[in-house]
This record gives sequence, structure tokens and C-alpha cells, in this order.
Amino acid sequence: MAVASLGDVVVTTGSFPLLSGVNLTLESGTTYVITGPNGAGKTSLLRLLAGLETPSRGSGSVLGFDLCSAQRRELRRHVGWLGHETSFYADLSPVENLQFAARTTGADVELIPSALERVGLTHRAKVPLKSLSAGQQRRVSLAWLLVRRPQLWLMDEPFASLDDEGRALVSELITAAQASGATVVLTSHGALPAEIEATSIVIVGGRIHEVAS
Amino acid sequence: MKQVLRRTLGPFALASSVATFVMGYFVTPPDVVQGELARLVYIHPAQAWVALYLSFGAATIASALYLWTRTRSMVADRVAASAVEVATLFIGLTLLTGAIWGRPTWGVWWVWDARLTSTAVLGVLMLGYLALRRANDDPQVRAKRSAVFAILTAINIPIIHFSVMWWTTLHQGATVFTEDRQLKIHGSMAWTLLLSFIAFSLDFAWMVRARYRIADHEAAQRDSELDSALQARRTESAS
Amino acid sequence: MIRLILLVAQKDLRIERRSRVLLWQVAPFGLMTLLLCGLAVGPNASTQAKLAPGLFYIVVMLVALLVINRTSQVESSRGTATSVQILGIDPGAVFLGKALAMFIQLSIVGVALLAGTTVLLHVPLDAAFVTLPVLLLASATLSMAGVLYGRIAASSANAGTLLPALALPAFAPILIAGERSFSSLITAGPLARWVGLLGLASATYACVGVLLYGALEE
Repeated sequence: MAVASLGDVVVTTGSFPLLSGVNLTLESGTTYVITGPNGAGKTSLLRLLAGLETPSRGSGSVLGFDLCSAQRRELRRHVGWLGHETSFYADLSPVENLQFAARTTGADVELIPSALERVGLTHRAKVPLKSLSAGQQRRVSLAWLLVRRPQLWLMDEPFASLDDEGRALVSELITAAQASGATVVLTSHGALPAEIEATSIVIVGGRIHEVAS
Repeated sequence: MKQVLRRTLGPFALASSVATFVMGYFVTPPDVVQGELARLVYIHPAQAWVALYLSFGAATIASALYLWTRTRSMVADRVAASAVEVATLFIGLTLLTGAIWGRPTWGVWWVWDARLTSTAVLGVLMLGYLALRRANDDPQVRAKRSAVFAILTAINIPIIHFSVMWWTTLHQGATVFTEDRQLKIHGSMAWTLLLSFIAFSLDFAWMVRARYRIADHEAAQRDSELDSALQARRTESAS
Repeated sequence: MIRLILLVAQKDLRIERRSRVLLWQVAPFGLMTLLLCGLAVGPNASTQAKLAPGLFYIVVMLVALLVINRTSQVESSRGTATSVQILGIDPGAVFLGKALAMFIQLSIVGVALLAGTTVLLHVPLDAAFVTLPVLLLASATLSMAGVLYGRIAASSANAGTLLPALALPAFAPILIAGERSFSSLITAGPLARWVGLLGLASATYACVGVLLYGALEE
């Protein structure tokens, strides 16, 4: 069953095409890794799948939500996002950020302590986010994925800014997501750990160049 | 029909404006109290009508059409933006002609009268709208934010008007109609006044159409640039 | 919905409590501006008392701009904006929650400024006390308008300079109503129409905000 279907989608910023006609179908329960040179459109494709970008041309749907309509807002509630930049509020602690996110989305607040423990942030759970390192801040976003348990995981270079322990943690979480039947789409510059089996999507110049298992 | 309207709008606007000038300057008599100064009545009220009701009304309706998903289109956004540009121009002209009339009448260029003040505040809000449009590159984001701002401004107009009216009122009272809706001015003056409203309304329509066409061409050029950029990106992808 | 509103407000107030921008930057700015107003109108106490209501509300407007700008900045870093967008919180609840938090902050600073005005610009204490409810109503109106205009200006080029251009003209009726009601309380003039106008403006912004805030979040 297709979890996402894109038909000749163009996404622009100003008059520059970030994505210049993407045709892509993603199957449910599969892991995909998007690779390509800098500026190829990897992050833009991920943001499109999250409902964070509006197609200028073409059509698409993700999890049954039309990307070209206000359904994008509803789509966002069903995806998990791990981005480059610091997520949530820098002045709040990991616990406060996760509690706010959980309470406003109806996620289970009781899962927060175990999620923070799983990502190794129990000892830093109550300090402001801005006091944490970049790697630790990313772990807060990972903890949120564990609390949210979305059907579709979208991760932008999840191994960046992480030490060996952090990378092992991300591998473990992706493997667990795969086992639970979630669809995982991630971008990466380098090779993935061996334990992660993924279908490769190569994007160049804003278009899909190749899809290979 | 569209073609006919398109071809005749400009000539009609020009003809009616010239006719208004000729009637207002040469045909109608001076006022018994205000003398030649009263000829501004053939310009100022019509400008205010265009600025406050016609232009801004059109901008508000177009903005509402843009925000409603069923009627959302960039045509509505361009119409709104064009109408606001025209509104800003006419607000400036209204305040200018009002000042020209006010100096010999009240002895000063400006008074804190309700209508003057409300008009000035609205003028600044229009400038804010134009500044907002220049601060956003993305057409969709620009259109949405401008539309919401226009709706907020429209809602603010009665609030601004009543607040300033209660604050003070010095403006000329009803010039054309008495309190029981009887016409105060007669003959050639009345007809010229009516003609001025028609002329300025046609001028408004012509200006908005001209500005809309420019915006349309700009959008077409952006589309063309996008097509070129897409071609270049696809070439990059193929190589 | 009410739960979401309170959660959003609580989040904003918690951020403010941590950063203390209100205490260390906004309030001192307000008090300094009040001092400058006193200097600008001269040392005559009766002139200062006469102009005090208008000067007070001008300072409140300027303080409101700072608070609005600060609230917008908190949300506007790319990572924060993205992660919050992903949560998909009801836009109406976000609008009302942020307005509630802003109202609380503005009211606190407003009361401090009112005390400052009483002392520096020789406003009668009883009039200052009685004007408190009107100040709260004005703060509520400013908050709702502020959240909307702050969102319109946010993420635009030069958002810091764009915000005053958009918001200040719209604040004009709030300034008039606030000044007139404060003056009326000092001189025993008509009050009801000004309070009514503020109430109308407040209700209008509340309705428009709930309906249209979602369009601004895209």
C-alpha cells in the first residue's frame, strides 16, 4: 500500500525550484534513504512529505492527505520529524518541551520519562534546551518520536552531530520503527549502518534520479 | 463584451475626467460664500469616495475571496494589491485637496478633525499593506498575509472612525444633502458633482485594470523564469 | 479548546519567566520612556498631569510593540517553527493562548507604568486606581491585536521594523479610547462609550483572530 504518492511535484522558493518535478511512490512499512549532492533537494523532499512545503505545481498525497490543500495541516499531526535545527523552545527543558508537545497532541505523557531514559537524557532532563549540546538537543527530538510513535518517520541526516553512542541509538530506534511497521524516510550524506536495510532514492537537481533497493 | 469594455474604459474615463474639469472650472458658477474655492467640491468628495469606499472596498472583497478556499486564486490577490495601491494614491490626493481647501477656510493646513484623522490613519495602514507586500518573496505567503491584513484594516475602519468622531469633529457637514435628504446644491453644480463621481470611479477602474495587467505580466515573467530554472535544474539532474 | 489555550499560555509565560526579558528589558524601557515624556513636556506639574493620560498610553503602545516582537521572536527560529508546526495545534487555540500570555505580561507592566505615571506625572491616585479595569481591557485588546500583527510581520524581511508600521496605526483607536477614558476618570467626564469601544475592538479581534490565525501559520 502506498503511503505517499507524488506526481510531477515542483516546490519553489522565490523563482528557484527546490524540487523540479518529482515523481515518487513510497510503500508503507519500508525504509527509504534519500541521498544526493548538496542542494539537490533532499531536505525539501522531506519537508514536502511532512506537509511543510506547498507544491507550486503537480500533485501529491501523503497518508491519504492532499498536499495541495489545507489537509497538509492535518498530515503534520501524523508524521514524526527530526530536523537539522534545534527543535522546540530553547528556554524550556527537555521535559517541559515534551510535556507541552504531548499534552497538545494527546500523546501519552507517561511515556516521557522512559523516552528520555532511552535516549540517555535523564540526567539533563530539567535544564534548558539551550544549555545542551547540538547532539543532546537532537536526542530530545528523538525522544519525541518515541513518545509520538508516528506512522511516518521523517529524519533529516539523523546521524549528524552525534557521537558513536548517539549513532548507535539512532540505528536502534530506526530498526525498532521498522519492526513496528512504520515507514521511515531519512536523508544521509554517508553510508548507513549495516543493520539498516533501506531503499535508496537518489535525488539530483531537484528530481529523482534513481530508486534502488 | 469584455473586449468592448476593455477598449472603451480608458477613453470613457478620460472623457468624463475632461468633462468634469471643463464643467467644474468653466461652466459652474462660484459659490456665494466660498467663491472659487468651492470648485474643489468637484474633486475632493469624489477622491474620498474612490479612496475610502471604492478602492478599499474592492481590496477587502478581493482579499476575502482569496482567503476563502473555494474562491482562492492569485487573480484575487492581484486585484486586492492593485486596488490598495490606487487607494493609497487617492487617500494622498484626498488629504492634499482637503488641506488646500482647509487652509483658507480654517486658517491651517491640518486640523484634528474626525474624518481627516481617520483618513490619515487609513492612509498609513495602506502604506503598511504595501510595505508588507514588499517584505515577502513567496507569492502564496505574501497573498495570505496581505489578505488577512486587509481584512483587519477593513474591520478597524469603523472602530477608527467612531473613536476619532467621538474625539472631535470639525469637518464640513453634509454638503450635498440636508438632514432630511433634500438636495442642497442645484443645477449645473449638482450635475458636475455627479459627473465627478462617475469620472473618478472610471479613473479608478482604469487604474486598477492597468496595475492588474502589470502584476499579471510580472507573474507571467516569474512563471517563465521558473520554467527556465526548471529546465536548468533538469539539465543538472540529467548530467 | 480551553485546555489547549491554557497550555499555550502556560508555555509562553514559562519561557518569559526563564528569560526575564519583561523584568530586565521591557519594564525598564517603559519606565525610561515615561521619564523621557516627563522631560519632553517640561517641569510644570499641571501640564504634566493634563498630558499624563495620553503619554501613559503612548508608552503602553511602545511597550506592547516590544512584547509582541519578543513573543514573535520566540516562535520564529526555523527549527522551533517547524517542530511546532508538526504538532498541528489548533490555530484558534494558539492565537487565544498567546493572547492570554501577552495580556498577563502587558497588564503587569501596565500596572507598573501606571504607578510610575502617578508618581512622575502627578496623576491623582484615586483616578489611577479606578482606571485599572480600563487598562486591563486595553491590554486585552492590544494583546489580541498584537498576536495577529506580530504573526503577519513574523518571518518577513525586516520583521522588527515592519511590525510598528503595521500595528501602530491599528492601535490608534485603542490609544484614543484609553486616553479619553483615563482623562474622563480624572475630570469626571463620559466613560461608557470609550469602554464600549474597547470592548467592541477586543471582541472583534478575538473573532477575527480565531478565524484567520490559521491562514497566517502557513
